[in-house]
Amino acid sequence: MSDQTQTDRARPEPIKAVPVRHPGRWLAIAVLAVLTAMFLHLILTNDQFRWSFIFNSYEPGKRGVMFTEPVLEGLRGTLLLTVTSMAIGVVFGVVIAIMRLSDNWILRGVAFVYTWFFRAVPRLVLAVLFGNLNILWDRIGFGLPFDQQIGKLFGIDDLNAQFYSVKASDLLAGFVAGMLALGLSEAAYMAEIVRAGIQSIDPGQAEAATALGLSRSQVLRRVVLPQAMRVIVPPTGNEVIAMVKDTSLVAFVPVTFELFFQLNAIKARTFVVLPVLVAAVIWYLIICTVLMVAQYFVERHFGRGYGTAGQARQRLRNIQAEQGSSSTAGGVT
Amino acid sequence: MTVEMVRADNVHKSFGSLEVLKGVDLVVNAGEVCCVLGPSGSGKSTFLRCVNHLEKINAGKIFVDGDLVGYHERGGKLHEMKGKDVARQRRSIGMVFQRFNLFPHMTSLQNVMEAPCRVKKESKAEVRERAASLLERVGLGSKIDAYPGMLSGGQQQRVAIARALAMRPKLMLFDEPTSALDPELVGEVLDVMKDLARDGMTMVVVTHEIGFAREVGDQVVFMDGGVVVEKGSPAEILANPKHERTQAFLSKVL
Repeated sequence: MSDQTQTDRARPEPIKAVPVRHPGRWLAIAVLAVLTAMFLHLILTNDQFRWSFIFNSYEPGKRGVMFTEPVLEGLRGTLLLTVTSMAIGVVFGVVIAIMRLSDNWILRGVAFVYTWFFRAVPRLVLAVLFGNLNILWDRIGFGLPFDQQIGKLFGIDDLNAQFYSVKASDLLAGFVAGMLALGLSEAAYMAEIVRAGIQSIDPGQAEAATALGLSRSQVLRRVVLPQAMRVIVPPTGNEVIAMVKDTSLVAFVPVTFELFFQLNAIKARTFVVLPVLVAAVIWYLIICTVLMVAQYFVERHFGRGYGTAGQARQRLRNIQAEQGSSSTAGGVT
Repeated sequence: MTVEMVRADNVHKSFGSLEVLKGVDLVVNAGEVCCVLGPSGSGKSTFLRCVNHLEKINAGKIFVDGDLVGYHERGGKLHEMKGKDVARQRRSIGMVFQRFNLFPHMTSLQNVMEAPCRVKKESKAEVRERAASLLERVGLGSKIDAYPGMLSGGQQQRVAIARALAMRPKLMLFDEPTSALDPELVGEVLDVMKDLARDGMTMVVVTHEIGFAREVGDQVVFMDGGVVVEKGSPAEILANPKHERTQAFLSKVL
């Protein structure tokens, strides 16, 4: 009876209603449009930008300030420093995060003290400190620790049980000092990010993997970390971008092999201030744009299996299509 | 001759000051299906987790297929097992969880292949074939490339069963395998479990499915307050329980 009434009833007209108006939105858009026009007008008409100084030639016979040799050299230095110090940061960060989650209170304590120290001291101070740390030692090397003290214990003066050593002022200066300052500081932040990522994973995951007979390290590498990556990647992208900019701090180590230092040098030499700064802004914008694109792909990779990722939706569609064809062919559910 | 697959002798387990198991004794013979019933907090899930050493017991002994779980006994003294050795024991004990716990970043097939490939280091091609046929057996042959997030609860639980079976276990532990499922999906999981029981798999099943216990169980155990109150054949326990606590529980769930 009820079925009949339903089929008999005609489908009503689709709703044609007057949409709600949003005058506030339109006002905001108008204001933004005016501001954008003003900005473009400023960039295009104000001579002080000296675009040809930036792009074409800053001195007779030389390229624009963005593409001149020392600046490109500095760009390479900035990129190299970002990559190496982030590598140190990620590797040490994962190790410290795992120590922080250990059952052993000594390992937990050491990890805590590490994060406490390197988060407390500003990077600028660390950079200067690492640049001057070589006063503490003559030589730095690998070998038996406390070799001189042990030697004295057995009556040998000046026992040297170092396999390999270099002068401290050669090793711990310039680029290496800057890299260590940034990398070790980064490790403290990465450790917190990785710890948050690991703790965000349902303990049932590790339990299920353990019950299957996976070892502790396999549970971590195969099950927990790949899932934690979904939580770890976005803040790590932030960290990389912050690191690109923080590399300018190593000018205080001092390291000259760095983008902003090189641009500053040109500024000091030519007394042209604004265009040089604009060139720096453009380079940092370019680097960060590339990094953001890279982050998008990394996030997509680690988002597999989760409904929110476009890739997963695509897979679902494929499966549904497949199912549709197989169920019409074989009638299997 | 019957082989004792699981033997628990006077097992005690505490979490801090809370004593959850207060002397559990149980024997499950090879090929038997043992259903453990009881109210929430009676310690039945904890007991199950002790059998594969996910929880350390505080007193008593558990043997699986004659081997002491989690410890070596040398010269009358117990030595804690290394992680590697515990992992080796767990390989032959499959476990299915209430919340499925499938690995969400892997497809069904990868979930099933993970342990044989990584733990037993078997050849990938061989494992892939076996994993596909296991998924076929639990009725998910068409879902091998689906991620867990795309599957219904019942389908996920069937993948979880296939994942446990891929290690060719001699014992399967089920921790309330249907409690997190919509009522209409319970049947498909129970069907797979019945099929397993018919094949002679030794199973310990913590469940609230009285019908399943009656139909498939060889032994029904009723636990309450951290002890085994009553055990016997399903007919004895479910039809005319002797203990009043069992009677009270069954009158509520039946």
